[in-house]
Amino acid sequence: MTRPLYFDNNATTFPAPEAVEAALPLLGEFYGNPSSQHAFGQKVRHELELAREQVAGLLNARPAEIAFNSGATEGNNTAIYAALQARPDRKHIITVKTEHSSVLEVVRSLAGRGYRVTELNVDRAGHLDLDELKNEISGDTALVSTMWANNETGVIHPVGAIGDMAKQFGALLHVDAAQAAGKLRIDLKHELAIDLLTVSAHKFHGLKGCGALFVRDGTPLEPFIRGGHHEGGKRAGTENTVGIVAMGAAAKVAQLKLDANIDHMRKMRDRLERGLMSQCEDLAQNGDPVSRLPNTTNLGFRFVDGEALLMMMDAHNICATAGSACRSGGMEPSHVLMAMNVPLAFIHGSVRFCVSRYTTEEEVDALVSKVSMIVKRLREMSPFPAAAQRGPAQPDLEAHKAYFARA
Amino acid sequence: MEGCRGNLANVMTAISDKVRDHFINPRNVGEMADATVVGEIGSLASGQALKLYLKIDGSEKIVAASFKVFGSPQAIAASSALTEMLVGKQIDDAARITSDDIAAHLGGLPPEKMHACVIAMEALEAAYARFRGIDLEAESEDDRGLNVCRCYGVSEAKIERAIRDHNLNHVHEVSHYTTAGGGCGSCHVDIIQIIDRVRAEMAPAKPAAKPAPALAGATGGFSNLQKMQLIQEVLDREIRPGLAMDGGDMELVDVQGNKVFVQLHGHCNSCSSSSATMKFFVQDRLREMVDPAIEVIDTTEHSAELHAPPMR
Repeated sequence: MTRPLYFDNNATTFPAPEAVEAALPLLGEFYGNPSSQHAFGQKVRHELELAREQVAGLLNARPAEIAFNSGATEGNNTAIYAALQARPDRKHIITVKTEHSSVLEVVRSLAGRGYRVTELNVDRAGHLDLDELKNEISGDTALVSTMWANNETGVIHPVGAIGDMAKQFGALLHVDAAQAAGKLRIDLKHELAIDLLTVSAHKFHGLKGCGALFVRDGTPLEPFIRGGHHEGGKRAGTENTVGIVAMGAAAKVAQLKLDANIDHMRKMRDRLERGLMSQCEDLAQNGDPVSRLPNTTNLGFRFVDGEALLMMMDAHNICATAGSACRSGGMEPSHVLMAMNVPLAFIHGSVRFCVSRYTTEEEVDALVSKVSMIVKRLREMSPFPAAAQRGPAQPDLEAHKAYFARA
Repeated sequence: MEGCRGNLANVMTAISDKVRDHFINPRNVGEMADATVVGEIGSLASGQALKLYLKIDGSEKIVAASFKVFGSPQAIAASSALTEMLVGKQIDDAARITSDDIAAHLGGLPPEKMHACVIAMEALEAAYARFRGIDLEAESEDDRGLNVCRCYGVSEAKIERAIRDHNLNHVHEVSHYTTAGGGCGSCHVDIIQIIDRVRAEMAPAKPAAKPAPALAGATGGFSNLQKMQLIQEVLDREIRPGLAMDGGDMELVDVQGNKVFVQLHGHCNSCSSSSATMKFFVQDRLREMVDPAIEVIDTTEHSAELHAPPMR
């Protein structure tokens, strides 16, 4: 298979050569168990603790506050259950409608088991309303769980302000930072309101199957997985030494040139957006265009079927993700875009493109030319008239929908 | 997005070579300036639309066919396949082509993609009706009147027809063939009722398939426990499979006399629009099959404001 045009970096990323290189010895020669007392095991322990410092460095946390695990899904599960156990007499959880399923499904499963769950709304830009949070939060709230940045739109939540409000009511704040790490500056020494924070290695050029949970000093943490004293009693099980050492190296590289990387990603993302906007009509970006991750754009191609677009892109060896997932009876609209009240006509033709620090101008230009060609082709095939034939632009999208809905 | 990667992989692999070929290299795409008739079906809101152009000669033979389509890869492939099948046929023979024939021409389609063939067949029907001067206004009037599925704008008439044509039994099958119920899921209860009505009409002679002999009528001297078992059976067989399709579930919490306490889980719990309807639907079912005096009580905690239905 030839190398794809890879624009799906919120799904996973290219493993950094530095990360692979650091991990290789642990795949072979250094197979010792870091919990063993002999020097052979302690050599691996040393590597592990180095990685802990490196990951702590990326988050500006203390190494002791970092517990390695299998990734963000485990991290989110652990954080939610741990927070509820830390506030045993409280029965209320607050989260946001646009969270990842590894948070939403967990809290929804608790909704039937004695907990009250509030899912905060978001506006058209993808932002939650702090006033709504203020109205919902109370002395009964055990946990507020929110992502730092949304995986589909890149929209950034004000975790500091959310945390301050949580603190006022004695609730814990968990932040899913799976998409934020390596793309935003995270400074946990100063973001004091964050009690628990989840990261995943493969989202910032580490390997899959490895992540970390930040547990602020003094926050009690009941382990989710029991059976040993690994990771300071926070997560039992022999550590994934290969993944952890790679994660450490990836964190170090990400931290080293964070500002330059952010700058590069933003340049590439903006070039992609500008390119497609200039080549394609009836195209809208979903979510806040300013307060979002530097690498993410979510674009709605109206009058184009997302599944057809995705499959046509796949035929051209382009990797991206659609704003809907296939399901019986067509496409299941993205819960994130639905919560934002994006009209269905846009959601169905929505595609997420995410660049990385490795994305080149040439790749962006190739993507723009191929995608605009595919969109043009699908639209030529479509029975709906092109923008030019429809007369003056109609800003009201509902009117658009009514206009074309000739059932 | 992230949560559905598995499904996405499915799209990529489940597609057959023939479908892929018709999708990547569709035959007969484009408008036909000198078409004899045009058949149109679908809408932007429904997520698929098809315009079928036919050129028919003096002997009523289709000499050319072309199309314009908006929809899934399968909708593109089905439209392309249909035009291939039509050319050279007498219009009356062509009108007998079914959605299953189109699927067969593509080497078969998975059930959840059958709606692509249904829309192709409907466009053909529309073209045929126009050619013969049959007025489809009555039907389209019905369509405009009330959509059962508001997400994709699917009418009761269309659902009813799919149930009859393809002998459908379950909500998810209706979704496969019509797309109805594939969005927010709040119309599942309505679809179940349509299925029940149509199936009853389809087989008026047969005893209404469902009620197992042990259940029907004989509820007189049951203990509470026996009654609870019976209710659980009805829920398991009639209610929960439909809810599970949409990521939801209903739990039987308790039975006290004629009071049945249930709790909704999963997505059902977050959809306030459906919970009231669901309660009455379950109650009707249980009254019919277990005891006419049953009262269903929903103990689910709903936060009405926060769990407003996603769709308008």
